[in-house]
Formats: sequence, structure tokens, C-alpha cells
Amino acid sequence: MTVLERAAAVAAEVRDPEMPMLTLADLGVLRDVRVEGDVVVASITPTYSGCPAMATMRDDLVHRLTDAGFARVEVRVVLEPAWSSDWITEHGRAALRDAGLSPPGPAPTVGGPIPLLLGPTRRVLTCPLCGSDRTERVSEFGSTACKALYRCTDCREPFDHVKEI
Amino acid sequence: MNDESVYDGLLGGDSSQWAFGTDFEDPLAGVDTTVPAGIDATELAVYCLMLGDDTLVLSQRLSEWCSRAPELEEDIALANFALDLLGQARLLLARAAAADPSIVPPLPEGSPVPAEDALAYFREAGQFRNVRMAEVPNGDFAHVVVRLLLFSIARLAVLQRLRGSADAVLAAVAAKGVKELAYHRDWAGRWFVTLALGTDESRRRLLTALEQLWPLHDELFTAHPIEKSLAAAVDPGEVRAEADAVLDQVLAVAEVERPEPIGTRGRTGRDGLHTEALSLMLAEMQVVARAHPMGLW
Repeated sequence: MTVLERAAAVAAEVRDPEMPMLTLADLGVLRDVRVEGDVVVASITPTYSGCPAMATMRDDLVHRLTDAGFARVEVRVVLEPAWSSDWITEHGRAALRDAGLSPPGPAPTVGGPIPLLLGPTRRVLTCPLCGSDRTERVSEFGSTACKALYRCTDCREPFDHVKEI
Repeated sequence: MNDESVYDGLLGGDSSQWAFGTDFEDPLAGVDTTVPAGIDATELAVYCLMLGDDTLVLSQRLSEWCSRAPELEEDIALANFALDLLGQARLLLARAAAADPSIVPPLPEGSPVPAEDALAYFREAGQFRNVRMAEVPNGDFAHVVVRLLLFSIARLAVLQRLRGSADAVLAAVAAKGVKELAYHRDWAGRWFVTLALGTDESRRRLLTALEQLWPLHDELFTAHPIEKSLAAAVDPGEVRAEADAVLDQVLAVAEVERPEPIGTRGRTGRDGLHTEALSLMLAEMQVVARAHPMGLW
């Protein structure tokens, strides 16, 4: 295994602090890992402009790579292109479901005029707990910026839905 | 470290980090902040302050709603918008400081306060460049709905164009902001319609809030000379027609007549002319940071 492969493997296993069932790679936040001389450079992109988990993600990357024997680690921010929930991998979507969260549907397309939506956001979701498709929205804004709160009208359990963006 | 516990990182390690995730980071770490050729660095910095101060000040006003909204769901929504706008402010103030470090207020030697915080906490009201719509004190729930609708319609239109800015950092901040402003605007639009078509009392309050905020609406589209001259900027006057079309859509559904235009005269928030409310807000927002310019948070 080359140094780069080893560094990339360590970085890919670092987890999201808010949704620890997801690795940063599953979430699509880890954009690149490279070795520049004797420095491991990991690039991450914020999910939302104000995502408070960014500092923790950076620290976790530094700590995990340092613990794995890489003496010099640098974490860079990549702003462009902006993160999209479409970047959550299939593996990540399965991990969300296994943990009782509903993964996002396709993100709205960007570019062109943005239509004003005066009706409620409608989604057809599957309850990640019992599999029923009879769900209702409790709140479009949930425990973190990236989640909405839903409830299953069959098993009556509430669940988080990761929003499309 | 146990991957399943987010708190394990608190134990051991760097003792300067006294709580979860509170240490500073440069939101532009690793981003190329070279000012593009042909762009005046000071003008770019001031333009970033204008946009950044809008979002910083409005974010502060929105966060004052925390625990005060009529329903928990709306409380969370407002806190969410405040967080988005604060994130945009951090990027914009950091971009301003990187473009022209001379705009950052001087702090005692050895102060660990990063540039974005020096700009947020160590400037006087007269050095803020935000539009006055962002700073006026909160009123009732109708007031926050109307303010957010008017602001987010205008800001979304500006950011859509700013995605093509000659400054790659501004373009990237705008591309991210567009996604966020879109749902701020839709949330405010829905509540505007709900309150307008609700009870007599909700409609009365909505119309009162619109009447109170309307005199500040024109300023959202009144360009400062830098917004016209800077090649990396968007002249807000140029997006007025499309912003008006969106507002008219909401007004039509809400069965509310558009108020008579009220123009903007003389100096504006962009020039540093503010209402008394900004000083009072900043006094509260800045007091702790100013008392501890050597503080490490």
C-alpha cells in the first residue's frame, strides 16, 4: 500500500460528528486526499455555509491521520462546487437507513431561475423504521440544518429525514 | 477514539479547546484568496463587508428570536436561517480580510482573535456597511416574516448573479448561499400568505409590519458606488425587476397591495449611516469580545 493509499484509507474512515453512522467519504464532504512532499493534505467542503461540524471534522481528520503516523497533516476547505446531498454515497444511504434516518431524494437542479415555492415541501418517504410509506412532516427544520423531522403514521415513530440540497 | 461518541474528542489532547468544537478555524483555509487581476483589492474587501455585514447583522437579529417564536418548529427554522447567514458572514468577512488586511481593526499584539472576529466584534456601528433593513429591532412574528421575505428575495437575486463573479471566492460563497436563501425566501413567502389570509388579527399585524419595513425596502436595491464600479460585484439595482416580480407573486397570492414606492435619499447603511438600533445591538453582541481582546474562545 502506498503512502497515499494508506492516508486516503484513514481519512475515508473519519466520521461525521453529527451523523456518526456516515464517514466523511460517505457524506461526500471529503473531496480529496493527496500527499504533497511529507504533508498529507485532505480537502473537505461544508454541507451548509454555517455547518458547525466543520471545525470538528477538520480536527478529527488531523487527529486520526496523526494517530496513524502521518506527522504533518493539513486540511483545506473547498468551496466550489457547493456540496449537494446527491453526493451521499449508496453505502452512506444504506447506513442512514440502518440507523433510522431517511436518506435524501434527488437534489433540486441548480442554475437558471429559482421558482418561488409557496406550497409545503412534499416528499414521498419510506419510514426507515417499519418501511411504511405513510409518513407526515412534523417540521421542515430539525435537529441540525441538514434534517427535517417526520413521523410515520403507521408505527407512530418520529424519524429524521436528511434534506435535499 | 471511539467513532460513535462525538464527545470523546474533548478528552485529552489540546487543552486550549474548552468545549466541543469551539476552537477557531479559518473558514477559507486552503482556499486561493488571490485577488484577481484588474480587481481593486480594497474595493473588493469593502464589497465583501457590505454583503457580510448584511448577513451578520440579520443573523444576530434572527438569533434573538431563539426560544421566542410562537411554535418550536418555527423557532428552529429561524435559528437555522440565522446559522446559514452567520456561516455566509464568516466566509465573507474572512474574504474581506484576505483581500485587504488593512481593513481589519488593530488588536493588541499577540491577540489570538482571527480577522473575521476582529471585523465582527471590534468595529463601531459607523464602520458597518449593512443595509438598515437588517438592523432594525425585532417586532412580532409578522415582522420577522416580512423582513426575511423582503431581504431574502433581494439577496437571492443578487447571489444568483454573483455566482458568475470575477472573484472565484465570492462566486463560490454565492453558489452555496443561493441554495440556502431559496428556502429562507420560500419559508417567509409561505408565512406571509398564511398570515395575510389568516385571521383579521394576523392580517392586521402583517400589514403593519409591511408598512413599518417598507421605507427600508428601496435601500436593498440602491447601489453604493462600489457596487457599481467593482467588476466582481453585482449592482443590486440591476436585479430589481426580477426581485419585484417575485414579491408581486407573493403579494398577489396574499391579496396584499404593493405599498407606494418610498425612495432612498442621501447616505445609507452602505456608507455607514445607521439607525440607533445598530449601536445598541452591537453593544450587546460585542461586549464580551471587547472586554477580552486577548481571549481564546
